[in-house]
This record gives sequence, structure tokens and C-alpha cells, in this order.
Amino acid sequence: MPVRELRITPIKNGTVIDHISDGLALEVLKIIGVQTLDKDSTVSVALHVRSGKLGWKDIVKVENMELSPRKVNAIALIAPTATISIIREFQVREKRVVDLPEKIVGVLHCPNLNCISNQAEPVESEFDVVERKPVVLTCAFCDRRVDDFLHHLA
Amino acid sequence: MGTSLAARMSLHGRDVVSIRDLSRSEIEVLLASARRMIPYAEGKKVTRPLADKIVAMAFFEPSTRTRLSFESAVHRLGGTCITIADPAASSVRKGESLSDTIHMLSSYADAIVLRHPNEGSARLAGRASDRPVINAGDGAGQHPTQTLLDLATMQEAFDTLSGLRVVLLGDLKYGRTVHSLAYALALFGAQLVLSSPPSLRLPDEVRDQLEHMGAKIQEEDQLHRAVRDADVLYVTRIQKERFPDEADYLKVAGSYRIDNAILAAAKPRLIVLHPLPRAGEIAPEVDATPHAAYFRQAFLAVPVRMALLEALLGSPKRTRR
Repeated sequence: MPVRELRITPIKNGTVIDHISDGLALEVLKIIGVQTLDKDSTVSVALHVRSGKLGWKDIVKVENMELSPRKVNAIALIAPTATISIIREFQVREKRVVDLPEKIVGVLHCPNLNCISNQAEPVESEFDVVERKPVVLTCAFCDRRVDDFLHHLA
Repeated sequence: MGTSLAARMSLHGRDVVSIRDLSRSEIEVLLASARRMIPYAEGKKVTRPLADKIVAMAFFEPSTRTRLSFESAVHRLGGTCITIADPAASSVRKGESLSDTIHMLSSYADAIVLRHPNEGSARLAGRASDRPVINAGDGAGQHPTQTLLDLATMQEAFDTLSGLRVVLLGDLKYGRTVHSLAYALALFGAQLVLSSPPSLRLPDEVRDQLEHMGAKIQEEDQLHRAVRDADVLYVTRIQKERFPDEADYLKVAGSYRIDNAILAAAKPRLIVLHPLPRAGEIAPEVDATPHAAYFRQAFLAVPVRMALLEALLGSPKRTRR
């Protein structure tokens, strides 16, 4: 068996997030919310893995969990090169490149503390994707631009 | 359908949160309508297109001229105002959300004029209301009717906005009015000259957007040089309440002042504008010169806001000759 396969064993059911830019796996774990996973959701993390496409990459595998669309959007923001594979019975059932929608809802806080979306109002944060390479968002309420997503995850 | 009628009809029932919500042709229609409104705003003629309309003034932040000019505009159009002028005396004090307050107001009035200390509040209000919402200032954010009356004052003085050389002086970083005005001037092909203390320069992202629109932008730190070739000198107040740090405010407070000596080298037709209130940026001696246009600018708030209210609430096909 190749050495690479031994580093993280295959999972029976769950989600594999591959091609995460080198060093960002821990941020992806924050988005997944590992502390909220149940006892059957073992998480495996590989940091600094050799990658033909990226040079180096990180990989996260979570057993018995599938990501919500909102978490996929959050991963798309901080790790736009990531691919997400849904595994069932050791087989890849679905594989997709993360893709940013036109609007990002409920994923980030507006960096403008005085924005109405940061007050006690019954609204979720909402950002429009105004540029894709590199990704730039503007708050749908106050128009504040944000390109530093790590510090503003909700 | 003509362009101006199409623009007029497209305004009917809309929210006006940012100057960017308006197309160039819609702005032109509003400015033309504002010119026709002047004798009505002066009380020399009478018009009542809002005779059956109620406009709610929801002011959650102190305001004198904005609220009074909106109220005057409603009355001059034959409409009626209901007003929250003191949020401390309203249900907001009991912890009611802005969304709920606006939802409630939209069932009492045909339109809502909102001034609120939080950026983005008017956009939120627009979603909570099924009646048109006009943003009368949201924190350090947008103040589109101020931009409209600034444009109206320049257009009245020069008959055009295209090609005007406009100096934007003072707080170009935090100034609520300046970013919207710069955008609108770029839309009309004016030349922009930026003059500010180094710590109060126009934010890069705003400048990038203006340049992306094809705006001609120049920076000139020497005030006397900036004034020399200008058609319009737009002076802003350095607003203490917008600074995160008082020490930063004290470094720049009082760093510029327009007086007759500075204006001695100006073109005879130069006009000086200021959104008011002024706090020492323009010497009182300038008031007596033909350059002083800031009180005219303050008056034009009424016909401009009349034009907007009529466009949003009046019969869309009606035109005033």
C-alpha cells in the first residue's frame, strides 16, 4: 500500500475536504464546528501534504457528517481551491469544487461594528460577491468591503 | 415613452437609500423637477400633489436642517407629516428593533424618511417597509438627498455639471456626504480635485471605484493652488463624532479655513458650498461675497426634497410646467 494512503485512512461514510490551501485546515475545522459534532464523527486532519496541483495542501476528513450549504459557502470563502467529496460505503458518491454563490448569508459578521446587521435586529448578515479573483464582498446593508474573511467568520 | 417620463415612472414607489440607487437620467429628471419646484418652495405658488399623503419622519439622531427641510417639503406639497424627533420618547427606548418600528410606521404613512446612527439602517428599513424609504443619513454611510441638493446648487450656478472643476476639501475619509457626491460628480463627468489633511484622504477603495468610472481625479494639498482654477469649492466639516480616536481628531481639527484672502486668487464665478453646520471652516466674512453659495444650497434642500417626494409619491404621469 502506498505510504500516502497510510497517513489518513479511508472513511466509510462522511465528507472529505481536499485541496485546502496549505495551513488553512484549522480554519476549515472552525467552520465545520468540530466541538458540535457527535461521538461518531471522527475527524482526521492532514497538514502540509504534497500536492501536484497546489504544491502543498491540507486535507480534512469527517466521518458520518455532510456539510450544510452554509458551511460549504464559508469554506469557499477561505479555501476557494478546496474540493468536497461525499463518501458513502467507501465510495465517492459526489465530488464538487466549492463555488461561491452571488450572496453570502449568515456566514460572516460585517467588519463595520456600527453596521445595522451587527445590532440587535432580526436580520442575518448578508454580503454581495463583487469580485471573484481575489474574492471581495460588500455588506448588503452598509456597503463595507471585506476581503479578510478569517477574522469575520460568524 | 420619453426618457424623462420613463425615469419619472421608474422612481415611483421606490426606496432611495444611496445615490447609486439612481441612474443618471433619474438624477437629471429630479434636478429638472427641483428647478420647477423653486417658486412652490418659496411659497409664491401653491401645489398639492401630496394632498392625501402622510410622510413619517423617523429621526433617531439629532438633525435640524434635514428634518425641517423635509417637513417643509411635505407641507409645500400639501401633505402631512408624522414625526419621531426624539427616540428617547418613543418605543425604541423600550428596546423595540428598528425593523419593528419601521414595519409599524409603514402602516401609518405613505413614505418614511429615516435618519439613524447605524450604517445600513436605511437598507434594512427598506426591507421592513412596503412603503418607500428615503435615507436622510445612516451614520457615516449614505445621504443621497444631500448629494442631490449639492448637484442642484452647482447646476443652478453653471447650468451644467459636466466638465466642472470641483475641489473637495476637508474630511474625505469619514465625511458622509463626500463619497456620494464624488460618485455623482464622476457620473456627470466633473473633474475632482481632492484636498485634505493626510490622515483624512479619500479611502483607496472609493478612489478606485471613481477611477473605474473614468473620473478625472487630482490631489492638491496646497489649498491656494486648489482654489485657483476651481469652479466649485466644496468644504466639509471635520466631524468629531466620526473619529474612532479623539487624539486623531485633535490633530486635524482647525487645519483649514476658507477666508477672503484664500479666495482672492479664485475665479470670479467660483462658488463655495458646505453641507452646514459649519464649525469655523468658512470665515463669516465670506458670506458677503458672491462666492458664498452655502445658504442657497441650504434653501435648495426644500425644492430638491419636494421633487423627490413628488416623484416617489405623486401621480407618476404628472409633470409640472
